[in-house]
Amino acid sequence: MNASTMIGTHVDVRDLVVEFGKRTALDGVDLQLDTGVHGLLGPNGAGKTTLMRVLATVARSTSGSVSLLDHDLSKQRDLRMVRRRLGYLPQQFGYYPRFTVREFVEYFAWLKEMTPSAVPLAVDHAIERVGLADRADDRLKKLSGGMLRRAGIAQAIVNDPDVLLLDEPTAGLDPEQRVEFRELLRTIGVDSCVLVATHLVEDVAVACTHVTVVSDGRAVFRGTPDDLVAAGEDTSDGDSPIERGYTAAIRAARKR
Amino acid sequence: MTSTLAVQHRPGTSFVASTRAELLRLRKWPALWVLIAVWLLLTLLFGYVFDYIGYRTGGSSTINEGVPPELLLADLLPAAIPETALSGLPMFGGAIMMILGALTAGSGYSWGTWKTVFTQGPSRASAFGGALTAVAIAVVGIMVVTMLLEFAAATTITVLESEPLIWPSALDVVRTFGGGLLISGMWAAAGIFVGTLTRSPALAVGLGLVWALAVENLLRGVANVLQQLEVVTDVLPGTAAGSLAGAMGASAMGDGDGTPGVLTILDGGPAAALLGIYLVVFAALATWVAVRRDVT
Repeated sequence: MNASTMIGTHVDVRDLVVEFGKRTALDGVDLQLDTGVHGLLGPNGAGKTTLMRVLATVARSTSGSVSLLDHDLSKQRDLRMVRRRLGYLPQQFGYYPRFTVREFVEYFAWLKEMTPSAVPLAVDHAIERVGLADRADDRLKKLSGGMLRRAGIAQAIVNDPDVLLLDEPTAGLDPEQRVEFRELLRTIGVDSCVLVATHLVEDVAVACTHVTVVSDGRAVFRGTPDDLVAAGEDTSDGDSPIERGYTAAIRAARKR
Repeated sequence: MTSTLAVQHRPGTSFVASTRAELLRLRKWPALWVLIAVWLLLTLLFGYVFDYIGYRTGGSSTINEGVPPELLLADLLPAAIPETALSGLPMFGGAIMMILGALTAGSGYSWGTWKTVFTQGPSRASAFGGALTAVAIAVVGIMVVTMLLEFAAATTITVLESEPLIWPSALDVVRTFGGGLLISGMWAAAGIFVGTLTRSPALAVGLGLVWALAVENLLRGVANVLQQLEVVTDVLPGTAAGSLAGAMGASAMGDGDGTPGVLTILDGGPAAALLGIYLVVFAALATWVAVRRDVT
C-alpha cells in the first residue's frame, strides 16, 4: 500500500493523554490528518514535541488511541510496519560527526530496511532534494547549522515516507533555504502526510494546507491557514494576519 | 510512490538491515582502525620484534630473562603459533576489545544516535542486535588478520634464520583461533555492556580498564591471603580469559618467562565454557538494558 492508494486516515489521534509523572503534557488531543502539509503551531512547552514523539513511536501515550496509516501504535507488530513508512526529524537529532552527508543518509537508509539495490539511488535523490548534492562528501562536523538540518531532513525522506514528521525543521535555515524548504514540503505533501511542528507562523502560512494550534496540551484550533487568518481579524496583536490569528486562537483558549 | 517497493518485508530483514547500518558505521569510524592498528602493532612488537632482537643480540628483558636462545627462537617460528598466539590477548588484547565494545555502545548515547536509530524501522532488539553483530564481525576480522600477521612474522623469521619451515597442525590453529575469538568476544561484549550501562564511552572505557587491568589482579592478590575469596576470583572474566590462553600453551605469569595476564587457574574446558557464558550474559544484559531503558 502506498500513499496514493491508501484508504483511511494517515494520522488518527483520539483523546490522547500523555503524562510525565504529575505533569500532563497532552490533555485529550484529537487529530486526523491525510495527505498534505500540516502545520503544528504552539508556544514553547505547549506539547508539540511530545505529540511528535508519540507519532514518531518514541514516546508512549498514557491513554487514548493513536493510529498511523491504519496501524494501531499500541500493537508491537503494527509499530514495526509503521516505522518502515515513517520519516522523522527530531528537534535535536544525533549524528556521528565524522560521517559524510552521504554516509549519514545511507546509514539511515539501511536502518529503514531499504533493499540494497535501492539504497544508492535513494540516498543521492534525498540529498539532491534538500540541496546538498555539492556537499554530499563533506563530513557532518564541517557543515553549518542549516546544512546539518537539511542533512537531517534528507535522512527523514530517504525512504519516501508516507508520514513525514518534522520537528522545527527550519531552525537554522537562512531565508532562501526556507523558501526552498517550503517548496520541498509542498512536493512531498502531494502524496504523503507531512506534519511540521514549528513556532514560525509564517512557515505555516506559506507552506501548509492545514494548521493545528496546540496550547497547554490541547488542540485549540484546527483549520486552513486562511481560517487562522480569519480568526485574528478582531485583534491587532501580531505583525502579520496569520500571527494575529495565532495570537487570537491562543488567547481564546486560555480564557476558556 | 516508491517507498514500499524499496522496503523489505521478509522476516529477519530488520536485523540484517541494522547489521548493515552498524557495519557502515564501524567501517567509517577512525577509532576502530586506530584500535586495530594499535593491537596489531603491539602483537608484532611484543610477540616477535622484541624477542627476535633479544635473540639476535643475546640480550634479555624481564619477560624472556633466562630463556635459552634456542627456546626463544622456537617460540618465534610458525610451529609455535598455536601456543603463543594468545599470549597478548588476556592483557592488552582484551583491553583493546573492551575499548572497542565500550566505544561502540557508549558513543551511540553520547552522540544521541541511539535515540534516532530506535525510531527507524527495526525494533530496538534488532537495532541493538545489529550493533552486537557488527562488533562480532569486526572481532572475527581482527582475529583473522592477527593470525595472518603472526604467520607472516613467524615465516619471515624462519626464512631470516634459515630454519626449516614447519607448519602447526590445522586443528591446533583452529583451536587457537576459536580460543582467541572467545577471549576477544567476551571482552568486547563486556565493553558493550558497560558502555550501555553507563551511556558514556569515556566512563565505560575507564571503568572497564580499571576492572580488567587493576581490580581483578588486586582481587586475585587478596585471594592469595584470604582463601575464601578464591571462589569468586577463580570465576572472574579475566581469570577465564587468562586461563584459556594458559591452557592453549601461552606461558603463564608464574613461569620465569611468563606473560602478564596469562594464568593457569582453570583448565581449558571450564575456562572456555566460562568465557562463553560471560559472552552470552554480557550481550544479553546489554540488549535488555538498551531495549528496556528510555532514551532521552
